[in-house]
Amino acid sequence: MERILALATRAAEEAEVFEVSSEETQVRFEANKLKQLQTNQQTSVALRIIKNGRLGYATATGTGGARDLVAGAVETAAFGTTARFHLPEMSEFPTVDIVDAAVASVAIKDMVRLGEEMISVVTRHTPGILCDAGASRGTVSVRLINSRGGQAEYRKTFFGLDIGGTLIQGTDMLFVGESESSCHPVTDAKKLTDVVLRQLERAKERATAPTRQLPVVFTPDGVTALLAPLMSAFNGKTVLEGASPVGDKLGKVVFDSRFSLHDDPTIPYRPGSRPCDDEGVPSRRTALVENGVVAGFFYDLQTAGLAGKKSTGNGSRGRGSLPAPGPSAFVVAPGAVTFDDMVQDMKEGLVIEQLMGAEQGNILGGDFSGNVLLGYKVENGKIVGRVKDTMVSGNVYQILKDIAAVGSESKWVGGMLQTPPIYCRRLVVSSKG
Amino acid sequence: MPDIATIAASLEGKLKKPRADYLEVRLEESQTSHITYRGRNLESIGRSSATGGCARALAKGGWGFTSFNSFNRLYGRLVLAAGQARSAGTGKSALAAVEPVVDNVPSGVTKNPVTIPLAEKKRLLEEYNDIIWSVPGIRTANIGYSDSRKKVIFLSSEGSRITQERADVALRLTAIAAKDSEVQQVGLSLGSRGNFEAIRDLDKQVTGMARHAVELLSAPQVKGGEYTVVLDPVLAGVFVHEAFGHLSESDFVYENDRMREIMVLGKQFGAGHLNIVDSAAEPGLRGSYKYDDEGVRAVKTYLIREGKLVGRLHSRETAAKMSENTTGNARAISYHFPPIVRMTNTYIEPGKLSFDDIIADIKEGLYVKNWYGGVTSMEMFTFSAGEAYMIRHGKIAEAVRPVVLTGNVFTTLKNIDAVGNDLDMNQGGGCGKGGQMPLPVSNGSPHIRIRHCLVGGK
Repeated sequence: MERILALATRAAEEAEVFEVSSEETQVRFEANKLKQLQTNQQTSVALRIIKNGRLGYATATGTGGARDLVAGAVETAAFGTTARFHLPEMSEFPTVDIVDAAVASVAIKDMVRLGEEMISVVTRHTPGILCDAGASRGTVSVRLINSRGGQAEYRKTFFGLDIGGTLIQGTDMLFVGESESSCHPVTDAKKLTDVVLRQLERAKERATAPTRQLPVVFTPDGVTALLAPLMSAFNGKTVLEGASPVGDKLGKVVFDSRFSLHDDPTIPYRPGSRPCDDEGVPSRRTALVENGVVAGFFYDLQTAGLAGKKSTGNGSRGRGSLPAPGPSAFVVAPGAVTFDDMVQDMKEGLVIEQLMGAEQGNILGGDFSGNVLLGYKVENGKIVGRVKDTMVSGNVYQILKDIAAVGSESKWVGGMLQTPPIYCRRLVVSSKG
Repeated sequence: MPDIATIAASLEGKLKKPRADYLEVRLEESQTSHITYRGRNLESIGRSSATGGCARALAKGGWGFTSFNSFNRLYGRLVLAAGQARSAGTGKSALAAVEPVVDNVPSGVTKNPVTIPLAEKKRLLEEYNDIIWSVPGIRTANIGYSDSRKKVIFLSSEGSRITQERADVALRLTAIAAKDSEVQQVGLSLGSRGNFEAIRDLDKQVTGMARHAVELLSAPQVKGGEYTVVLDPVLAGVFVHEAFGHLSESDFVYENDRMREIMVLGKQFGAGHLNIVDSAAEPGLRGSYKYDDEGVRAVKTYLIREGKLVGRLHSRETAAKMSENTTGNARAISYHFPPIVRMTNTYIEPGKLSFDDIIADIKEGLYVKNWYGGVTSMEMFTFSAGEAYMIRHGKIAEAVRPVVLTGNVFTTLKNIDAVGNDLDMNQGGGCGKGGQMPLPVSNGSPHIRIRHCLVGGK
């Protein structure tokens, strides 16, 4: 790394080398049986330079030579965008706990046992169900150095556990599942199987949804469909382009006063947490919506420079590309109403756990439309069975402007989102019955 | 920098040594370049290279897999994969027999797209960006271009040694129109098997796309419910991929008795005019190749013939367990992943009807065009159109907001009651499964008509 930086510094005004190494071990079960053990090792290096005021960029995974990397960055800098920032100098980073040495000492046979345990609980409950399951553990090491003296180095451990079940009767298919991830070992298999068994119980009976407007409770997993549009709307880049519906609403009420949202990379032992972002800017909590009022957007260095703002420490490098603004972990503040109370409040309505295809619509405008992959009908305050062949549509901004209630029980979904259930007054439901 | 051919040579004769029923190694080197625009300005331009490999072993029915991009202690990785397989295995290994192959397959592209100067690529993309911005009402635009060239060497304990090269070009353009707080977008996806020329001369399409985004701002939204819908070749291609193609992937079927009942060969899935094919053996498409990532020769596979289920897509393991022939459909997106059963070039074969015949007797329906996205849960699918128009009294009428279509695969296939004569293959986009995405595929169809299709709306 030092050699690449030295070579690059000779060719450019500023240079930064970013290296990520990861090692992961996975145990996979298919169709209720242990199927595969897997290990993955990967190292990649990215070089970013500012030459004649322009950004140049090249990456190598594996064994790219330092000279090729520098040559690639110099070639792209001839056409690169004008850099609107300087690489950060040495900074103080907050202490964020993301390493648990216990992760590395979880034996493969223990990971196998976790999988077997989950599968045996679910198959005993529902004979005929076929489960895929898995456990994975690993470490990620990140190191960054730049020509202005900035540097960062941290290690993170991670552990994941997941189970999914498919139950087929005739051509009817039911999909259930749950997953959990952490920087600690996840060893409470029962916590996952309890969720799956509850899904199976609720889906036992069939119910039909009418074609008209209905109140809907989104469970935390279901809320992901509502939040996908907000992830792009609060991205500083979308705001800068004038394509965000909330871009000119800073300080204004756009959402229900019970809705608050922030991005937080400092929560201990969460897989999305880290002491600094991928540009070496210190991590911090960023308020996006406070009590319904638009409170801020998230930025990386370049976008902040263009917008005349400061980086919020959200520079994120996906798939080997240049840093861009990205959320670390979206957190929706919990409200006061329990899930059970929300259900009891509905005379006729739906509970949606999984919406398929919701991310395909006009995301920027907030429109969504999806097939209810796992959802239930509520009649007179009780879940009466699973609905199928049912589509719900709406606009996220309209829905979140006037929420019936925000739930009190928060949950992490997919490692990147912590949210309670959200109870919406009405959504358009189309159903084949 | 280690040359993968040298590394492959160093493994000569060593694959049989670790204790396993079967062992394979893939070594890979690739170069890519990408250019993205957001708004008027170039956002990102870069080059990258990757070298890596993986070893996969089978023992007693269990698999071990290890991927790496450090080639130190390489033989130790093979031993590790074999050990993992023995730990995972509890039964009996089954792999369909194939003849070992020694072959060298060049990319077939005369000009490697990665080596074309970035300045030349940038000039073309800027032309398209200027066209989008010249349309009044456009708020912003996104352009994503990428190309790649990849060389993969496959070695197996059965004696195969296959070197394959391929190149890929992908372009996605999006025009975003806005007025007040309304935002609408229209996209265009294109790709080719490495031929950069395939993305030139698109001025007309790009203008049309940008104009349509502006038109949508004032277009009404349809009422949700059941419609007779006519799909253009692009969207019908997505439909056949999502709604039926994924069901044909045997890894969903082979260990699932109830799925086997649903997908029993000979069962009637559609009317007699319905023929569905998957074929990596068609030359020159994005999903084309000679051998898959298990070294199996690709063939043309009929999935549905005259409405009846007649075939499915296999890896060596699923073919053996279902006692069917191999089809060469085991693919991995990179050395980081084991191969899984995937589609290649999937299409509905053309029938006899013209587009006018198809819409002639529709009193009120929807004409849906272009692709925005699609997902499936095997039984249910949803896919979204990029453009939609009302059909009234046999004629295309006013534009409406893009719609999401959803349905049950089995009933929807039976509800296809007209198949056009105008097959067209769509080379844009890519497919995702098991965390491996985007895999280059193509899909296609003639215009088709579906009765009673559920459409989301207001």
